[in-house]
Order: sequence, then C-alpha cells, then structure tokens
Amino acid sequence: MGRKLLFDKAHIENIRYYDVYRANGGYGSAEKALKSMTPDQVLDEVKKSGLRGRGGAGFPTGMKWSFIAKPEGVPRYLVCNADESEPGTFKDRYLMEFIPHLLIEGLLISSYTLGANTCYIYIRGEYAWIPDILEEAIADAKKNGWLGKNIMGSGFDLEIYVQRGAGAYICGEETALIESLEGKRGNPRIKPPFPAVKGLYDCPTVVNNVETLATVVPILRIGGEEYAKYGTGKSTGTKLISACGNINKPGVYEIEMNISVEEFIYSDEYCGGIANGKRLKACIPGGSSVPILPANLLLKTAKGEPRMMTYESLADGGFATGTMLGSGGFIVLDEDQCIVKNTLTFARFYHHESCGQCSPCREGTGWMERVLKNIENGKGKMSDIDLLWDIQRKIEGNTICPLGDAAAWPVAAAIRHFRDEFEWHVLHPEEAQKRNFGLAHYADPLEIAAPAAV
Amino acid sequence: MFSEEKLNKVKEIIARYPQGRQKSALIPVLHLAQGEFGGWLSTETMDYVASLLQIKPIEVYEVATFYSMFNLQPVGKHVFEVCQTGPCMLRGSDNIIDYIKKKLDIGVGETTKDGLFTLKAVECLGACGYAPMMQLGKHYKEHLTPEKVDAIIEECRANAN
Repeated sequence: MGRKLLFDKAHIENIRYYDVYRANGGYGSAEKALKSMTPDQVLDEVKKSGLRGRGGAGFPTGMKWSFIAKPEGVPRYLVCNADESEPGTFKDRYLMEFIPHLLIEGLLISSYTLGANTCYIYIRGEYAWIPDILEEAIADAKKNGWLGKNIMGSGFDLEIYVQRGAGAYICGEETALIESLEGKRGNPRIKPPFPAVKGLYDCPTVVNNVETLATVVPILRIGGEEYAKYGTGKSTGTKLISACGNINKPGVYEIEMNISVEEFIYSDEYCGGIANGKRLKACIPGGSSVPILPANLLLKTAKGEPRMMTYESLADGGFATGTMLGSGGFIVLDEDQCIVKNTLTFARFYHHESCGQCSPCREGTGWMERVLKNIENGKGKMSDIDLLWDIQRKIEGNTICPLGDAAAWPVAAAIRHFRDEFEWHVLHPEEAQKRNFGLAHYADPLEIAAPAAV
Repeated sequence: MFSEEKLNKVKEIIARYPQGRQKSALIPVLHLAQGEFGGWLSTETMDYVASLLQIKPIEVYEVATFYSMFNLQPVGKHVFEVCQTGPCMLRGSDNIIDYIKKKLDIGVGETTKDGLFTLKAVECLGACGYAPMMQLGKHYKEHLTPEKVDAIIEECRANAN
C-alpha cells in the first residue's frame, strides 16, 4: 500500500464530523501553528516541503505565498479555489464531501500564515449540496473555538465563507474567480497586477486549490523536510488522482508520487486495469486540457524509460512525446474509443466555456468544434486536419488567460499522435460511421524516439 | 418578492462582504431567486434582485446571461441535465441522452407538454468517475442506466401528484 497523507484517516467512520475528526488528531496542526509558530515559520515549512499547486499549474505554493504584498492597514484575503471544472477532475469534491474539516484546518493555517482574516471558498455552482457540508463544518469549527475572534488565544481572527459559482469553467482561473466573487462576469483580468498585489476588492489575495490548502495540514504535522521525502525529486509528497473513463475502478486515489503510470492503471490498489478486458488505447492523465498520449508513449517515455506519476516524468519529452500531470484528472480510453469524437467533445466543451473576451479563443474554439464535427460526421476534407492544426496554433499563447492554451492543446495532441485516425475518418467516411478505428498501432512498442512530424 | 425569511437570508449573505461590496452577493442571491420564482429568472425577477442589492439592472443581466446555471426561459419542474463531455461520453452518455429523448418524447433543450420535464445536455459536472450521470435539482444521479432513468422519471412523476 502506498503511503497516505490526506486520506490516511479517510476510512474512519464519520470522519466528516468535528468530534471524530478532532478525536483522531484533527486540528493538531492548526494548534501547533497558532500556539508555537510564527507565520514566517509556517511559511518556511511549506517552502521546505516543496509543495506545488495541485490545481493544475504546479507552481510552488511557498513561493506564491511569499509574493503577497503587505501594505499597512489593507486587508489580505485567502480564496480557496473549489471551482473544480476541468473535465476528468473530481478530487476536490471527494475531499470536501468526506473530510471537510481537513480543508477548514488547512484554511485556518494558511490564513494565519498569510495574515488574512477573511477567507472565501469559491465552489462550483453544480456542487450544490457541498456548501451545506462545508457550512456545517465551519459552524462546528467555530463553536469549538477554531474560527472567530482571538482563535485559541493567539490573537488571530478568521471568518470563512462559502460562495457558490453558477456554471462557468473559466471561474477556475484565479482572476476570473475573483471577478465572479465580486459579483461580475467571469472575465479573466490582465496580469500584472497579480492577485498577490491586487486581487479581491483590489487587496492582496492568494488563490489556492482545495487540495493544496488541505495538504498544508500534513505538512505541519510531519514537518516540511519529512514531507519532501515523500515522492520523487521536485514532485514531493502525495497527489490526489481522480481516475475515470474505461477502467475497472474509477474513483479518487491518493498516490505517492513515486509509482509508474503502468502500476497506477493496472494495479488492483488503483484503477484495476482496463474495463471489460479491453486494451488501453490512450490516456489524458491530467484533465482534459493536457495532451492526450497513445498507450505506447504513455507507459514509456520516448527514451524508453518507464513513465512515472510525477510532474517531471509525465512532462518528459515536452509536448512532442510527453504531457502533464495537470490537475490529476486521469482519463483512460480503451481500444473501442474514437479519438476524433473524444477530441470533439473537448472542443465543444472549450467553445461552451470560452468567456468571449479574446477573439482567438472566442472564434477559434467554435471553429475547431465545427471542423471536428464535420470530420466526425463523415463530411471532412483532408485539408481540415491542417486547418485544425492552424487554428489551434493561432489560439495558443494569444489569449489573456490559459483557457486558450487549454483549448488548443487537446486538439494539437490528438492530431500529433493520432493523425492517421483523422485521415481514416476523412478517407472512409461511411465506414467511420459504422465502426471505430480501433487500437491500430497505438500500443505497439516504440521503435523511434523522433518527435512527431507536425 | 422574497418572504421575510429569504430577505433575512439575503441580509446574511450581504454581511459576508466588506461594506459597499454587496454586489458580491449577486450570484448567491440569483440562485436564491431562481429557486423561489419558478426555476428561472424573468426580467422582473432580475430587476427585483438589482433593487435589493442597490445595483443597476444591467449589472444583473450581464451576470445572469454569463453563467450557464441561470435559466432565462421557463423550464420544466424537473430539469435533467445530462453530462455529455469526454469522460461521460466514454461511458455511454450518448445512449442515456437518446434514451431520455425517446422516453419523454422531447429533444435536447425541450420541455414535455405537461411541463414536468426539461432535458438538457450539459458540459462536465465533475462526476467523471461515476459516469454517465446527470444533475437533477440540487443533487447528482450517477452510474445511470436506462433502468435507473426509468426509476428517476417515476419518482419525479410520483412527487408531482
């Protein structure tokens, strides 16, 4: 069994309630921080831990925190990003539903470190039943002296509020989230200024993902140095992976970042192999916006080394032969799945979710969706494949926020690695309506390490 | 108009934000209004919300039109929002949508003649591991099969009587 830091007590019955959480050592890290550490000492531990943002970008959390501006007399805010909307990702939902106090404790320690007296949890609107769970946890924490004024005699005050979104993927982007929290459309802001200087209500603000903030709890419990001994290299600690698609055991798993992709997919401890005895065709390991890889490149890098579940190994080879750990939304496709159709659903998703501010994204996402729909419906032309490539290149890097990149990468990777499947759709439109391209050569052992032709 | 109880809820929500930042309460209050006033936001409802928060009506319209959870047209009593994005598609969401269409004799985006059901095909709801799935009111219905859909429809009909 892999070592666990977040889910180590997840199996305990009723751990979602304050008394049970507390009786099992809960709020011990908060107590340690408030009673025996200065905010800077907590920050040091987080820096030492090597924790990287778990929302997708993987930016070092300690460094992000150290950027927060501290002008006199200006309030600072901590905002917890619970907007979890990246297709394939449902890990934060699990954490909030089943161990809400772990998040509340993490918010308390993080707010103390940042000197924030107000914290907002911005949760996607569709998770409509979770605010009740969180608000109950907040009320119980407050009743027991962990929130409110002068917490545990430390002189530190904190209030936590839950805010529901209303169905907009873009609000997972931190500046769009801040706009939404201010009661506006979720249009991302131009950076700089960064939220650490000018965020919510123009005040210094840190926005972190749910898992990131919850992870502060075990970091303080075992110490930053000890935490950094988990995992591999710069991928320290554990990561929540939400596994879905054509596998035997979809669900949320906490992994130590030292296991191979192959072990994660095939071992009974995790995904339990491909469902219905099928073979693995492709995988999108970090949420829909990261590049899709065919089975052969997923399990081994282009150098022939086993691919590991770490930030570095998954990215090995760049976008030519690698992908990203992203949010940990691990989507598995079996041999019967159609890459064109799968890519179409994501193109449609990004078209639907584009906020419309930047024309490359607003126009390009819809254009890609229409072209892909034509190919999928047997009305595609060979030139459409190059057209798709051209559109995605013109979106990438040309937008205010990363949604443009997120929309471009899945299309680019699908063409890069599965071009012959697209061509087959164009050349055999009638056959493609009746059957799928199948596994083809996508699981064959790799002979070359050359980058793709396009 | 909100009841006394709901007006107190609005006050409680506004108190979460600093003085003068009551516009932050807009999305939560729109959720409240949609729940109270028939499952959708009419222009009158939006104007009422604007007056409660002391903001201009246009500030409400621009938010209500941006977020996909706000309905700007009347919907059925029970709205089936079936996820159709990649991970759900891989586990057969297309079949579920087709099944519901046939069963209720409506297309995507339509409401049954009796006003009981609306079918929507929506984008990722964050339940990818429990696919195929749909949102029904406040909750998720997961691991859908035609049999499960039948049972859900029956349950909704029973509640309507």
